[in-house]
Amino acid sequence: MNVVLLGATKGIGRAVARLLALRGDRLVLLGRDPEDLGRSAADLDVRAGRSVVAATVPCDLADPAGFEPALAAAAAALGRIDAVIVTAADFATQEALEADLERCRSLLTINFAHTVVFCEHARRFLLPHGGTLCVVSSVAGDRGRKPVVLYGASKAGLSAYLEGLDHRYRSAGLKVVCIKPGFVKTSMTAGLRPPPFAGEPAQVARDIVRAIDRGTPVVYTPWPWRFVMHVIRRLPRGVMRRVGF
Amino acid sequence: MTVSERQASPGVVAGWGGISTLAVEHESEDLERVTRHVPLTRGLGRSYGDSSLPPPGEPVVAASPRADRLLAFDDETGDLTAEAGYSLYDLWDTFLPRGWFTPVSPGTQFVTLGGMVAADVHGKNHHREGSIGRHVQSLRIRVASGDIVTCSRQQEPDLFRATIGGMGLTGHILEVTLRLVRIPSPWIYGQTHRVSGIDEFIRVLHAARDEWPFTMGWIDCLAQGRALGRGVMFAGRWATPDEAPRRPPRRLPRPTVPVTCPSWVMGQTVARVFNACYYRLHPARPRPRIFHPEAFFYPLDAIRHWNRLYGRRGFTQYQCVLPESGGAALMHELLERMARFGAASFLCVIKDCGPQGEGILSFPMPGVLVALDLPMRDNTQQVVDSLNEFVAAAGGRIYLAKDALSRAEHFRAMEPRLAEFEAIRRRWDPEGRIRSAQSVRLFGDRP
Ligand SMILES: Cc1cc2nc3c(=O)[nH]c(=O)nc-3n(C[C@H](O)[C@H](O)[C@H](O)COP(=O)(O)OP(=O)(O)OC[C@H]3O[C@@H](n4cnc5c(N)ncnc54)[C@H](O)[C@@H]3O)c2cc1C
Ligand SMILES: NC(=O)c1ccc[n+]([C@@H]2O[C@H](COP(=O)([O-])OP(=O)(O)OC[C@H]3O[C@@H](n4cnc5c(N)ncnc54)[C@H](OP(=O)(O)O)[C@@H]3O)[C@@H](O)[C@H]2O)c1
Repeated sequence: MNVVLLGATKGIGRAVARLLALRGDRLVLLGRDPEDLGRSAADLDVRAGRSVVAATVPCDLADPAGFEPALAAAAAALGRIDAVIVTAADFATQEALEADLERCRSLLTINFAHTVVFCEHARRFLLPHGGTLCVVSSVAGDRGRKPVVLYGASKAGLSAYLEGLDHRYRSAGLKVVCIKPGFVKTSMTAGLRPPPFAGEPAQVARDIVRAIDRGTPVVYTPWPWRFVMHVIRRLPRGVMRRVGF
Repeated sequence: MTVSERQASPGVVAGWGGISTLAVEHESEDLERVTRHVPLTRGLGRSYGDSSLPPPGEPVVAASPRADRLLAFDDETGDLTAEAGYSLYDLWDTFLPRGWFTPVSPGTQFVTLGGMVAADVHGKNHHREGSIGRHVQSLRIRVASGDIVTCSRQQEPDLFRATIGGMGLTGHILEVTLRLVRIPSPWIYGQTHRVSGIDEFIRVLHAARDEWPFTMGWIDCLAQGRALGRGVMFAGRWATPDEAPRRPPRRLPRPTVPVTCPSWVMGQTVARVFNACYYRLHPARPRPRIFHPEAFFYPLDAIRHWNRLYGRRGFTQYQCVLPESGGAALMHELLERMARFGAASFLCVIKDCGPQGEGILSFPMPGVLVALDLPMRDNTQQVVDSLNEFVAAAGGRIYLAKDALSRAEHFRAMEPRLAEFEAIRRRWDPEGRIRSAQSVRLFGDRP
């Protein structure tokens, strides 16, 4: 499989890229720091024991003008793109976002508007021959909740977009996979107290790769979150207003 | 990935024995970023005492395990360059199937390259291969000024020698280039047998030197009198392709100790029963067989969080090396001292050490090494003091990676090398920024 990854330098994306590299997929890494991308490419090549990264291409979610050229460069390096995986996103606590509305605006823009625009470009590269677009959203988008009002809203928008996209283009050969991780122990959540069912990036990565292989439209990971969210989605508003999560 | 193998709860940083301090770990893939302006970097926290804890009052320590990328591998020389948080657990997965392995491995695979270099770890093959420092080709270090320096035997050799075994006190190790070794198969050909007492043990260890690259002894330190120092001898080498099973070794299951246990679990009674059974489990005469490499190198990794067995007060390990010149008499005296305090333990290990490495504060020296787990009790400080007085007088020394309780005066008495180390350290860190809880306790650093 020929895969383009945005966000493979860290966390969940790093773990996904390693799994794909080990099974022999050909990769192009997109990200904002060219030197750091080079180090990640070296890591994947050494781990796989051969060259698996066809190219690294600068691409910053803050700069939508760069999306099309980056994907074009990836397509040129790979010949044809079978899957695009987006794990890149911004995160900040609710308190930090409330205190700094400029920070808030930029997070909402990157996580929602720009991610959607990136997906729109990716769609055009994938549709002609069919393929998979896998984007990591979050359980935070499933329900408006006190600790993640703003970040959650950006992910709610993203999840809704991904669902619509899947309905619209599945029959044309574009499979859209929306990943909803619960709490995962990465740098994004470093310093936060892990709740029960906190996951590891490697474990979440296995679920993501399986979902891509099968074309599963929505996947909760680690799996207990599916049941946790099943309950949380059904809690009455009166209850949600009183509880802290 | 091994990040899950740590057991931090937010706001508390702990050593493997349970000693802890209030501080936050700044962990990131970006080790260069998080090592600015912090006094210390830690790895997977497998040092037992306070080596990996920041000084009291320092709120932050950098943590390396997410910085785990491989940057280059040369399959002619075996030179591997990796970020300092890369662990032996990962190295196993990537390199064992390709016929490469670390030249030196401690008794657990949940250690980072940075932690291995900082402690200059030794393995079962110290008599052959020395400690890890001998196989390190170069290091990339963030020193106290904030600059990033590459050092090796040719480039800034003083910094290189001080960093190997320097317990993180010369700076933050960002990258390590280590020369891996080729192995004929991933399996171990080895043997175990019972040894009836300490004199025989030392004889057997010496006799095995030439034949076996890996040797190690477990001692039943509850046995007294004629049986003093009885135990089990382990010896092994990599199996040849003919001897080895065809299939690659699969990862062994690792059940976990879910909660901290009450302290009787590791008390004398249980220890007595365990030790007696463990002794009898092994054959009287050596019987060679094939070992799973994980079972051979890392028997303790079979149970995750086994440190929780020691209860809320935790435990420490007393590890020292006694000079070869002192002979078996020193070992007798050490074991008897331990027995006098009733400092019984499940785990007492002895190893044969070869020549001292080039790291200025490197722990091993020619002689016999003893490591003994001690549950924390009211008299543990006394036990450690008494053992330290004895070891200092005998010309031996202790292993900082295991130490939690030694006193500065005992450490100084054992370390004539300290002045050289401190002189180099001051050159790179005139303001004394890089410190640990241990260096405050033992080296006289400001808190
Ligand atoms: C079951 C068990 C068996 C063991 N067996 C052996 C053995 O056989 N032989 C042996 O030698 N040791 C042994 N050890 C000890 C262990 O190998 C060392 O303590 C090792 O340093 C732990 O590595 P770590 O990554 O956990 O480092 P930590 O414990 O986190 O840190 C250890 C020291 O290294 C420093 N350090 C870590 N990373 C860096 C970095 N990037 N830059 C600068 N300084 C750094 C820390 O500041 C600290 O001083 C054993 C430990 C356990 C738990
Ligand atoms: N961790 C969790 O608990 C959790 C829970 C639910 C959902 N998620 C979602 O899972 C995904 C991955 O999270 P993670 O925990 O793996 O995060 P992470 O460790 O912080 O990694 C984030 C990745 O995104 C990249 N990135 C960030 N901003 C970017 C930008 N503007 N342009 C390009 N790349 C950018 C980063 O690249 P750099 O190397 O350049 O920084 C990094 O590779 C995110 O969508 C996150 O919202 C995470």
